[in-house]
Amino acid sequence: MSQLSTRHLIGIKFLKPEDIQLIFETADKFKEVLNRPIKKVPSLRDVTIANLFFENSTRTRISFELAEKRLSADVVNFSASSSSVKKGETLLDTVNNILAMKVDLVVMRHPAPGAHIFLSKHIDANIINAGDGTHEHPTQALLDAYSMREKLGDLRGKKIVIFGDILHSRVALSNIFCLNKLGAKVKVCGPPTLIPKYIHRIGAEVEYDVNKALAWCDVANVLRIQLERQDIKYFPSLREYSRSFGINKKLLDRVDKPIYIMHPGPINRGVELTSDVADSKQSIILQQVENGVAIRMAVLYLLAEKRSHNS
Amino acid sequence: MEKKARTILQGLQFKLTLDRLCHQLIEEYQSFENTCLIGVQDRGARFAERLHANLQDIVGIPNIEFGKLDVTFYRDDFRRRSTPLIASKTEMDFSIEGKKVVLIDDVLYSGRTIRAALDALQDYGRPKTVQLVALVDRRFNRHLPIQADYIGITVDALNEAYVRVDWEGLNSKKDQILLFPKKEPENLK
Repeated sequence: MSQLSTRHLIGIKFLKPEDIQLIFETADKFKEVLNRPIKKVPSLRDVTIANLFFENSTRTRISFELAEKRLSADVVNFSASSSSVKKGETLLDTVNNILAMKVDLVVMRHPAPGAHIFLSKHIDANIINAGDGTHEHPTQALLDAYSMREKLGDLRGKKIVIFGDILHSRVALSNIFCLNKLGAKVKVCGPPTLIPKYIHRIGAEVEYDVNKALAWCDVANVLRIQLERQDIKYFPSLREYSRSFGINKKLLDRVDKPIYIMHPGPINRGVELTSDVADSKQSIILQQVENGVAIRMAVLYLLAEKRSHNS
Repeated sequence: MEKKARTILQGLQFKLTLDRLCHQLIEEYQSFENTCLIGVQDRGARFAERLHANLQDIVGIPNIEFGKLDVTFYRDDFRRRSTPLIASKTEMDFSIEGKKVVLIDDVLYSGRTIRAALDALQDYGRPKTVQLVALVDRRFNRHLPIQADYIGITVDALNEAYVRVDWEGLNSKKDQILLFPKKEPENLK
């Protein structure tokens, strides 16, 4: 298999395991490029990419922009806060206006789940999902799995626990899809109010005891409490959450094996992770960020290649 | 397909050609000081590996600098081919700044791979000189003004023909150069 089975990266749900492997293998090559003295290749010289961010982002946006620039693509940036969206323009109109300026690929983050699927039915450009509400965040899941693969090798049979706010997290959903497709075992752990009722149906077991979850897993992927998406109180206080579900050094010391700690960022230090854990040797949080650029380069490269076959 | 192929070079002739190329390189570079051999991935790298080993045997210098360069991301036919390009690994753990570079590829055809390789080389520093070794030179099929400095064998063939180099122990039982009358499917490596 040497090309993706899909024209868009809307969600991990729509990828085949072979697609994920191809993205990983391509990312390996780009990681080598990123470690050279000159970190740039001319592959996407004639490709124009629009980064449409209808929701705030620092890491993902910078990571995508760097990946695009390292591939020599032309980049236009757009953020909803400083645009005509405020004047009442619809999503389709906004995107069509940008595409009229001959844009090939669209990287979009949007607060509405499914915005990318809607868009893919109406426009010609290839679409990459950089997060749609509480639905999916495919490149984050890919870079998470890629970072795990780097540390653990083949992920088949490996045990991963996702801690925290599963209900509001697009990272959790994409991670569960991705890890399942790679043959890993997934559990989720958090307060019952923040775990969706039917999560077991998509291949994630539920564990409410942090100690048991840590003792079981090879990797702990700790998510942020998304206060901005919580319209009601899901737990009494942050302090109580931190005491019951926060990961700290004491908890990790009780486990007799090394566990890798991951976090998609931004970290709320002292809430879901204490600083001594976030900065410890077990933490591969900064490697995740580094791998993010390589993964995004691979996705952009493979989708741009796809474009020629359709046009 | 295999049956129709014509053998251009094999056996003793093949060995003599490799030896001649080695001695031509030794004549030019002598002790290979400040010189590195770079094979173009992935078929050129097989040839480069062989040349590198032979050279070390002949001159008795154990560590001539050697790298493998992948040029996939530098090609100008990205998105213009019917089948996607899959990159190989670049293995270059040294800078080529100020060095004499011997670029090695197995078949010199359109010249586009070498153009891409020259671009890719820029990212590793500014070489003092670059020379090109090609085992097979298809001199009538060039798209660009690129010529090899050292040539194993010159093949005059039609555009649709395909030249393949087989290496003993890698993809074949014996060293040989084959000429196919029609283009080989691209997935055969």
